[in-house]
Amino acid sequence: MNVFFITTSLLKIIGMIFVVILPMVSYAVYAERRVSALIQDRLGPNRVGPAGLFQPIADAAKFLFKEDFTPAQVNKFYYWLAPCLAMVPAITTIAVVPFGSTLLGVPMVIADINVGILYVFAISSLGVYGIVLAGWASNSKYPFLGGVRSSSQMISYELSLGLAVIPVFLLVGNLRLTNVVRYQIENGWMIAPFIGDWANLGKWLLAIPMITSFFVFTIAVFAETNRLPFDLPEAEQELAGGYHTEYSSMKFALFFLGEYAAMITGSAIIVTLFLGGWHLPLPSLHGGFHWLVVDGTAPGWRGVVGGLFNIATFFVKVAALLFMFMWVRWTLPRFRYDQLMRLGWLFFFEIALVNIFIVAGILAYFQF
Amino acid sequence: MVTLGHYLIVSGILFAIGFAGVMLRRSLIIIFMSLELMLNAANLSLVAFSRFHVQPSGVPDYNAQVFVFFIITVGAAEVAVGLAIIVALFRARQTTHVEDINTLKF
Amino acid sequence: MSPILFWFFALLMLVFGAAVVVNRNPIASALNLVVSFLGLAALFMSLDAFFIGIIQVLVYAGAVMVLFLFIIMLLDLRAERLRKINWVASAGGVAVALALLVQIFYVIGHLTFSKQTFPPLARSEIDDVHNIGLLLFGNYNLPFQIIGVLVLVATIGAVLLSKRERR
Repeated sequence: MNVFFITTSLLKIIGMIFVVILPMVSYAVYAERRVSALIQDRLGPNRVGPAGLFQPIADAAKFLFKEDFTPAQVNKFYYWLAPCLAMVPAITTIAVVPFGSTLLGVPMVIADINVGILYVFAISSLGVYGIVLAGWASNSKYPFLGGVRSSSQMISYELSLGLAVIPVFLLVGNLRLTNVVRYQIENGWMIAPFIGDWANLGKWLLAIPMITSFFVFTIAVFAETNRLPFDLPEAEQELAGGYHTEYSSMKFALFFLGEYAAMITGSAIIVTLFLGGWHLPLPSLHGGFHWLVVDGTAPGWRGVVGGLFNIATFFVKVAALLFMFMWVRWTLPRFRYDQLMRLGWLFFFEIALVNIFIVAGILAYFQF
Repeated sequence: MVTLGHYLIVSGILFAIGFAGVMLRRSLIIIFMSLELMLNAANLSLVAFSRFHVQPSGVPDYNAQVFVFFIITVGAAEVAVGLAIIVALFRARQTTHVEDINTLKF
Repeated sequence: MSPILFWFFALLMLVFGAAVVVNRNPIASALNLVVSFLGLAALFMSLDAFFIGIIQVLVYAGAVMVLFLFIIMLLDLRAERLRKINWVASAGGVAVALALLVQIFYVIGHLTFSKQTFPPLARSEIDDVHNIGLLLFGNYNLPFQIIGVLVLVATIGAVLLSKRERR
């Protein structure tokens, strides 16, 4: 525990939260409005600054100056606690995600713990408290229904989420997320395990369950972050806004931002587990099917450029996934609640379970 | 320095708190939560002993941690069944207060 | 683990654990229990048991306590109305708990090895998931499968119990 380690860790934490996550959250909101406008053939916010780029700042100012109204019949303490609980787990999860290789010899991950993915599940499962408490503390019918709905929805989809990652760890044999990325660089991304080993039939067969696993995981992340088509906890048409109906001003904004932060961390996890993390396959200069790995280990300025390039790659992938989240939201209609539960318990749960057996069978038969 | 005794004492106090909860409270849900506290107090001393009893190869004694794993699993299963019983009881009697549940048949 | 962190998390766990017992509102009790479990998970991690600590958060704080909250909300259990407290029974309960506590203190005080600090580990990073997994599927294979059956029985039992009877 030396000074260098503490300083770099602090720098990484502060940089991650204040330079990356929070601006990314506010610009995700802006992007959401622009993308929805694009999909619905409108213009979207384009008045504040060039192409509306200062819109998030204007929104933040609006939220801060609005009256912070607390309804009379609410349970004060829990009513105030709930928005904080909605925001914190979403940001804390990012601590174990490797967002780059190394930069000047410092590994670009805040805490590289050996139970990485379990940590992600543990912390993100705490996110449900914010929503449940908001629903309960508001002491009003619609928020309460939203809170109860979300707790059962999140518990149900956590099962598919947990089962869908097991194939990844059957392959890697380790829960450390940096090792997952390392494995994908050496053996091809999880959704395309045949890369670099084109003649191997087993790897091609393996691609089928891995892609299934990717889809189950992604859909479960949609449900966990309460995004359309699974946004039943806050369905405007039936619940008048769900768990945050009674909230206004900055407290409402915290729920809103928490949802986007959860989306960003969810995308970061998907990228790390299935889409190769910070790795971008570039054809090697030496020929053959081996990929050139650009990372921060090279000496001098090339290492710095490589490290920065990895970080940029990672966040471009995350941004692409965020775009997909928005695209889905503005394309698909909402499920009915019984359909949502049936889908979770009778479809995704079984698929994820069978998937594990298929991957285990392929691994046992082909022995790689 | 923190010794094994510190962990054991903390675990003992936690167990006593849970025990007091079971003895004092009359709400089934709270009694159930206190039971969980007692289970976890036992887990804490198991893990402390696991760390204390370092093997010759320099790793903790993982047997105790496997026990903790089993206790957590059984605890989770117990909670599922117990809460289902509480819900069934509430449907029949509209109460979770142990002093109101004083007949064998209803 | 520095003593400051140990005492911080130990006190966190104990204070919120006591709050579970003292609170009248079941929702507050459940939330205090969550904080208490988080403190306990931190203590597990201070003992280099990262896997157990994370499982503790995942299972207890993430799943079991959400279930508790869900049931409390579903049954709409408000704060207990004040009943006439049976002082004899309460005093008896406290006395038994205190007797237990004294006993525990006495036993721990007389253990010779409880004064020793923890011996150092060989490597700073130990793959405990790997080691626990080896034990679980090796030495403890039969208990592991029995646990699997137990969980299945519990699932079926919970479904059967919570089904409404047809009249």
